[in-house]
Amino acid sequence: MTQIFDTLVIGAGPAGMAAAIAAAESGQRVGVVDDNPAPGGQVWRHGTPLPNAGRRWKGQFEAAPAVRLAGWRVIDCLRLAPDGGVLRAECNTPSVPAADLHFRHLILATGARERFLPFPGWTLPNVMGVGGLDAMVRGGLPIAGKRVVVAGTGPLLLAVAAHLIKRGAQVVAICEQASLAQMAPLGLALLRQPGKLRQGAAYRWATRKTPFLTHCWPLAALAEPGADDHRDPGTQPRLRTVTLHRNERQWNVACDYLACGFHLVPNTELATLLGCQMQDGFVVTDQQMRTSTPGVWCAGEPTGIGGVDASLLEGRIAGLSAAGKSEAALSLSQRRPAIQAFTQALEHACRLNPRLRDLAAEETTVCRCEDVHMGALRERSSARDARLHTRCGMGPCQGRICGAATEFLFGWLPDPARPPIFPALVSSLMEEAAAGSPAQPEIDSR
Amino acid sequence: MTDPYDVIVVGAGIVGAACARACAAQGLTTLVVDAAGVGGGATAAGMGHIVVMDDSPAQLALTRRSQQLWGALAAELPSKVEFEPRGTLWVAADEEEMQEVRRKQVVYSAAGVRTEVLDAHSLAAAEPQLRPGLAGALLVPSDAVLYPPAAAAYLIHQAMDLGARMLPSQRVVAAGRGQVRMEDGSSLSASRIVNACGAGAISLLPELPIRKRRGHLLITDRYPGFVHHQLVELGYLKSAHSVAGASVAFNVQPRQTGQVLIGSSREFGEEDAAINHTLLAAMLRRAQSYLPRIGALKTIRVWTGFRAATPDKLPLIGPWPDDPSLLLATGHEGLGITTSLATGELVAAEIAGVKPEIPAQPYLPARFLDGSRAASQQGLFEEAAHD
Repeated sequence: MTQIFDTLVIGAGPAGMAAAIAAAESGQRVGVVDDNPAPGGQVWRHGTPLPNAGRRWKGQFEAAPAVRLAGWRVIDCLRLAPDGGVLRAECNTPSVPAADLHFRHLILATGARERFLPFPGWTLPNVMGVGGLDAMVRGGLPIAGKRVVVAGTGPLLLAVAAHLIKRGAQVVAICEQASLAQMAPLGLALLRQPGKLRQGAAYRWATRKTPFLTHCWPLAALAEPGADDHRDPGTQPRLRTVTLHRNERQWNVACDYLACGFHLVPNTELATLLGCQMQDGFVVTDQQMRTSTPGVWCAGEPTGIGGVDASLLEGRIAGLSAAGKSEAALSLSQRRPAIQAFTQALEHACRLNPRLRDLAAEETTVCRCEDVHMGALRERSSARDARLHTRCGMGPCQGRICGAATEFLFGWLPDPARPPIFPALVSSLMEEAAAGSPAQPEIDSR
Repeated sequence: MTDPYDVIVVGAGIVGAACARACAAQGLTTLVVDAAGVGGGATAAGMGHIVVMDDSPAQLALTRRSQQLWGALAAELPSKVEFEPRGTLWVAADEEEMQEVRRKQVVYSAAGVRTEVLDAHSLAAAEPQLRPGLAGALLVPSDAVLYPPAAAAYLIHQAMDLGARMLPSQRVVAAGRGQVRMEDGSSLSASRIVNACGAGAISLLPELPIRKRRGHLLITDRYPGFVHHQLVELGYLKSAHSVAGASVAFNVQPRQTGQVLIGSSREFGEEDAAINHTLLAAMLRRAQSYLPRIGALKTIRVWTGFRAATPDKLPLIGPWPDDPSLLLATGHEGLGITTSLATGELVAAEIAGVKPEIPAQPYLPARFLDGSRAASQQGLFEEAAHD
């Protein structure tokens, strides 16, 4: 299958939806690729009560004249030139053959994922990401009456704790690794963002019976005492206790779930594959959200973790700019500095305490796919050296999980992305790129 | 002046590692330098197939000797090296290729390599995933597979146990006349220098008759038991796709992890590591023509690497005639993993002045300089293309 678009948007979260709407409004033939079955991204996940803004944007997106490839993933770039290119995408349904998506303009709105850091017990069942547990609860996991510890860093902790409590969970502690002083600039920035401030206050009100502990983190997740030695074959050890640390004190908390995530890392595999210039792990853009690669724009979390408002604004700017409406894009971009101030304050508030590097013991797993332990990594010199000699990052997650951890633990920069950027069927790489000029695609007379 | 080292090996790929180990074993004070760490170049990109090949008597001698050395080493290799005596199946598609199977068997037997001819039925039983209708195969049970970066690390480790040193180094910008000069201007000296830089050897010695020959490999997720032997098509010379001068062949390897490595491709004239999608697609279709269900496997990664190709398909092992301090250990094209051990043996024998186990003459770099220095490298390769 070959599809030809003026503007192709990768990702249907807030940034991608806003970009697609803006480009489609401007008369572009727009395609949107997203690996989820429904739009909304992580923040406006399908099948859950949405805030008004989420409902409004999803409604607009669904009404916009765009070709939606839901349940598809871009796996590779076959051709790239300043006037267009071709991406190959694979469908979640294996019987559907891969598709070649021709574009003149490409907007990357690939969002972010949670950062996980290794500590003893983090691979036990019922220890999961903050967003991860939230998504499972939204997907039907019964949480009522369960004791949950929410830990890590970032605004997600409070939001998810509030949601879990609403679903009947007993959230016993919210542990934020940052100190109160470190979070102060974020508080100031919030004062200039009344909407966010109101939302934050509402979350805190909803979680008012739960202690919110700053400068606090999990030291270990423990299974039933002795479970490893005595359990029946076939039964898995179950999370029972979390050891928490705060101000040189440590104590145990009994719980059924530990939701632990250390803020977000941007999904930049496609951007790096396309050669976009990066800085500190984020995609560099100009005021119109153009990347250093001609014909490629980027919006939302990959340019800086700024949340929904930043994503919507950047997406709209990118969509207008890709459609050739530079003036409108530049005019909108004047609103960015206020939002960027929030992004920076958030980045500061979520900066990881160096002591988190000491959580993993020698035998703590760092790479889950390949079962690589901390002790095996200490003598390695780079992500590549670790991959070649310990298999760290060689598994099906392609280093998405352990890469963010080893970058923090050892300062190893991730290797440049290599195709396929997601595990893909061998058959999806078997077809040559369909003929057709990406420079002069046929334009639908819609 | 006494040089601090007898030997500096430039390059810690598997060939450099084997040279260092063999030199250290001869009692030579040995240093290894490589800015990319151990096994970070073509060693990391290659398949790790220990294979006896018979394109020429000299190739047969070198691969056979190496395979014996690997066999002797097998018992002591750590599990990380993932050494498995899988055996190679040279797959014959038709009766014409079965004749080649029988010819190959005669040649291998004469070299003391045990083989077994499989008919269509036995081949299907040995590898049920192969397409029906194939004529048979030659099984070479003593061939093996291993994980090359770990093998290189083991050889370096052994060299260090024998007294060799490894320096985390700057990039080497010049090597010769008893000196190895680094990018930062510092230098080290030694009586002999071994250029074991694979395809990168030409950046230190541009006049070498070596061309980079890019190859692609794909590795899948884990599918234990999908294939059992290293599978190579026998008839690729007559039937391989030709894409703009490039070629592909069916060459598939089962890894100890259950993963499947899919190759292979060859193309000249490409200097960057980017994927050639057309060639990759052709390579995978070739694999699918032998393994019809391979398309349903999940790909984890695709990458490229550079083989160091010589005009006569034999490596350059031994002294470089223009510089008495310099030895070469490069030009192994696709056989560097296999022939690393015999290469190390030849290099160490030359430096120590002892008689090598196999005649060194066919691999001497001097063969390309005999009276015809004026002949351009391009000319050499063009001649080879008409062979």
